[in-house]
Amino acid sequence: MSDVDAVANADAILWDVVVVGGGPAGLAAAIAAYDDGAKKVLVVEREKELGGILNQCVHNGFGLRRFQEELTGPEYAGRFIDELSKREIAVELEATVLDVGQAEDPAAPTVVRFVSPTRGFKEVRSKTVVLATGCRERPRGAIGAPGDRPSGVFTAGAAQKYVNREGEMIGRKVVILGSGDIGLIMARRLTLEGAKVLAVVELMPYSNGLTRNIVQCLQDFDIPLYLSHTVTRVVGKRRVEKIVVSKVDEKRAPIPGTEIEFDCDTLLLSVGLIPENEVARGAGVELDRRTKGPIVTQNRETTIPNVFSCGNALHVHDLVDFVSEEAEIAGRAAAARALGKSSVPKNLVEATNGARVNYVAPQKIDLDALDDETAFFLRVSNVFQDKKLVVKCGDETIKEIKRRRVAPAEMERVTLSRDALLAARGRKIVVSLED
Amino acid sequence: MSLQKVTCVVCPRGCQMEVDAEAGTVVGASCPRGRAHGLAEATNPTRTLTTTVRIVDASGEFVDMAPVRTAAPIPKGKIFDAMKTIKALRVQKPIRRGDALVKNILDTGVDVVATRDFP
Repeated sequence: MSDVDAVANADAILWDVVVVGGGPAGLAAAIAAYDDGAKKVLVVEREKELGGILNQCVHNGFGLRRFQEELTGPEYAGRFIDELSKREIAVELEATVLDVGQAEDPAAPTVVRFVSPTRGFKEVRSKTVVLATGCRERPRGAIGAPGDRPSGVFTAGAAQKYVNREGEMIGRKVVILGSGDIGLIMARRLTLEGAKVLAVVELMPYSNGLTRNIVQCLQDFDIPLYLSHTVTRVVGKRRVEKIVVSKVDEKRAPIPGTEIEFDCDTLLLSVGLIPENEVARGAGVELDRRTKGPIVTQNRETTIPNVFSCGNALHVHDLVDFVSEEAEIAGRAAAARALGKSSVPKNLVEATNGARVNYVAPQKIDLDALDDETAFFLRVSNVFQDKKLVVKCGDETIKEIKRRRVAPAEMERVTLSRDALLAARGRKIVVSLED
Repeated sequence: MSLQKVTCVVCPRGCQMEVDAEAGTVVGASCPRGRAHGLAEATNPTRTLTTTVRIVDASGEFVDMAPVRTAAPIPKGKIFDAMKTIKALRVQKPIRRGDALVKNILDTGVDVVATRDFP
């Protein structure tokens, strides 16, 4: 786009914070930014309604940490939408962000361009941007299940949308690949709606879902869970007719001769979530190949100044409660920047993963913007018993936390004090899981 | 007396418990909350049911799906019967979060409530 066009479309308002995405992360970020003094806050949401994926998560189990109650997805979203509407926060619905860019103007260093049916093409200027774009499902292509290409193969989240939002049943006899929480929740949901779930198949020797979901979504309905198994063939002309499942060895390779055949009409894939970062990438934000999300400071500022990231776009969380908490950090930090209370990070310390840890977020610490305590989130690489999380700074061990049981499905948290982080200047922080 | 095996869901540890409901003993729990959960599962297991209800317009045309829940847990054995009742239901807007769309479902004393606003 030429500069002339940009000027012609420019909005008169200079926003303090533009939040990209009106799901749980975007809602919490916008509210936190507003409450911390940013009075010109705009939320740009792609769908017709706020709330994001929570609108189709009709099951309960949300909010235990935040509200000490067990809420359904829509109830959890509803509480934030209510809070948002009590404030003068602007919302653009059905608005797809095309890109986020940097501008020369030091008073308005970022621009956000979006299209919507009501506004057409629009460019807005902002002091800061919070990317809260969430995540997407890993599709069939990412797992390479061989065989035919009939209809009847869905990602679990797409199936959830058909059933819960559109009232359409997707099949009668179902096999589910992947035992993460979405797969388990859908096993129960489809069973309640009258389908027969023949099997939940998991590549790993353990489930990535919460124990509670194994019990209440599978065991309650006598749905068998096949650990260390995977789908090795999809059979069907127009519609799925058969799914072939095989046992896998320690290297996760299918073992010939172990095939089990399921006559069914539907295959659901619940094989993982990937942070959605097309807008971040377009903006030049540096991504972490481990989290697939932006590299950020403890205030969730990306490598592009004044652009923040939070929620599942940053790293995939287990609980929405943690998403809200993280988004509030980003929202507050964006507000502080917009109000001139903080400056672009200069003195940074790096944090990274060591043995048996898959990633650590945040990956950078802004030493000039430290709180009393800074929380690091991480995921371990496997299921382990009786280990300890060890934080090292150079050769020096600065923290050890005993863990009776850790699993990749459960995000771990380690907090470090201001003094510990200040002492790390010039060195690297490494978090590992040790004996 | 037969022992019932119960996997605890109170926390992520997932203790494997053996519960003797008659004697009121629980083996394998690591905390009092787990013990209580084990006993409840062995004597009167309950679940909160969450599902959806069809919203229709005045002419009966499908408009949207309203997410609903039982306001409190109901006996696990009544889940499928409760689903039948809820699936047969048709409601119209406006709906407010917390509105009872079914009162006292299957005489459990528990209402089925909307979990979202549809103005």
